[in-house]
Amino acid sequence: MNTYGWIMMTISVSSVLMLVTFCLVKVLNLPAVEMEEIKGPLEIDTHDTEDAD
Amino acid sequence: MAQKEQWGTRIGVILAVAGSAVGLGNFLRFPGQAASNGGGAFMIPYFISLLILGIPLCWAEWTMGRYAGIRGFHSAPGIFSVICRRRGARYFGTLALLIPLIIYMYYVVIEAWCLSYAIGYLDGSLMPESNPGDYKEYFDAFVGKGADGSLFQPGHRDFLGILIFTFALNFFFIYRGVTKGIEAFCRVAMPLMVVLALIVLVRVLTLGSPLPDQPDRNVIGGLGAMWNPNFSKLTNPQTWLAASGQIFFSLSVGFGVIVNYASYMRRNDDVALSGLTATSMNEFFEVCLGGLITLPAAFIFLGVASQEMGTFDIGFAALPNVFAHMPGGQIFGFLWFFMLFIAAITSSLSMLQPVIAFFEEGLGLKRHAAAAILGLLAAIGSGFVVWFSKDMKALDTLDFWVGTAAIFVLAMVQAIMYGWVFGIERGHKELHEGSHIRVPFALQIMLKYVTPFYLIVIFCAFCYSNVPGYVAAISKNEVAVASIMFILLVATFLFVLVHIAGIRWMKEGKYDFLYQDEEEAIQD
Repeated sequence: MNTYGWIMMTISVSSVLMLVTFCLVKVLNLPAVEMEEIKGPLEIDTHDTEDAD
Repeated sequence: MAQKEQWGTRIGVILAVAGSAVGLGNFLRFPGQAASNGGGAFMIPYFISLLILGIPLCWAEWTMGRYAGIRGFHSAPGIFSVICRRRGARYFGTLALLIPLIIYMYYVVIEAWCLSYAIGYLDGSLMPESNPGDYKEYFDAFVGKGADGSLFQPGHRDFLGILIFTFALNFFFIYRGVTKGIEAFCRVAMPLMVVLALIVLVRVLTLGSPLPDQPDRNVIGGLGAMWNPNFSKLTNPQTWLAASGQIFFSLSVGFGVIVNYASYMRRNDDVALSGLTATSMNEFFEVCLGGLITLPAAFIFLGVASQEMGTFDIGFAALPNVFAHMPGGQIFGFLWFFMLFIAAITSSLSMLQPVIAFFEEGLGLKRHAAAAILGLLAAIGSGFVVWFSKDMKALDTLDFWVGTAAIFVLAMVQAIMYGWVFGIERGHKELHEGSHIRVPFALQIMLKYVTPFYLIVIFCAFCYSNVPGYVAAISKNEVAVASIMFILLVATFLFVLVHIAGIRWMKEGKYDFLYQDEEEAIQD
């Protein structure tokens, strides 16, 4: 393999490795979907204000 | 009412989409394309195509799929109606059902080849001690290239049994649904594929110079055969066409699969990072594993002839030769073909889901009825491919007209639908709904102007260089004619079903969104 071959292989493989590592690290460090959902306000209607007047 | 299907986890949907994209093309087609189109120089048009064509189109499909999914549609006819806000747009969805269904019909046969080879290595029948014959000759006889119907003759019945098993395995997972079937399988299969491929990669990279009488045939020489650049090839339009085609087919854009998978996401699920992650995983399998294993290994044992081999010749004739000469070849042969089998299953599952989703959603069928009808249709098609095995004419014709040409057409339809009908401002807003990364607006401008133009140029070049030969074959070969008639028959059948589904949706009020505000139509 010549020098240009080494350069092309190194650039190609390392670019892809960097991209996939960046994406996977970001995805795996995100909170679980279920955790995100429970951050929202509770939407349970307890009907406790119906007779407030 | 059927229970609404959704992905269980974020990583689950990413693995499922990546699994759909990772297939035989990553390991067998990519190295051959690269080596015969400039080696390392091929990577320049390859990465440009990835940036202009692959990633933008993936994001567009993810965005459109989720947008329509939270408005109650998971099948392409419904998704396209939502995106265009027109009932008639559903007819474009016929193509997004036809493509995965027809491709499944022959892909499952190739999948069964991989499993047969894996079993062949496991029991030793594919090793030189018991079968010293020419592997090319073996492969040609194995797939019935000699005569139509030869696979139904005695001696081939083991393969038919494996084909039926493979077919049943696909339907087992698809019947279990999106979360318990596809996602559960891909969560195990994808990491397993990485492990198996890494084992084979380490074996190939530690081969050294296994042939004492030919010291030039070593690992470094093998890597050179794959990666040494020939920059003069960059002036040849064929190189750019090959690179764009490889990106295009490798990422599963224009298959009708990503829009379907993305439609099972929730309103605030991220699509930007998920789409990029799935794409980058596919690139990892293709460039880092396929690019370092297949051709270097083939070169060591077969020399420069390996650089000009086609996909099937590399996979099923050259590599068995490699394993025959390689120390520990039997176990590495088994691991390799088993890995290819798993890669093929993750892809074939994604081909069934868009159609089964349509049968359930458009025709109101229960899952068992939808699976039964789809199974019958797919079995007829696979039977057609297996019977007309001479020179693999049926497989080749279906692959060219549906697995290649129709994919270009659907990708162009989707690119125009996204950029010119759905709108790039809305697309930009939708892409960033729940997103964990920011994507520059320049991407949307590229999706509206550059991507469709680039696609049209590639499609014209593709037609110019390939279509005349296939059109000529129609008049010369009766199996080619029968294959095209089969495609038209299935397309007509699906078109009628899409029409019927539209009438049902109108009666059920599912098209009421056409008269509603966008936000009112959300069914999250």
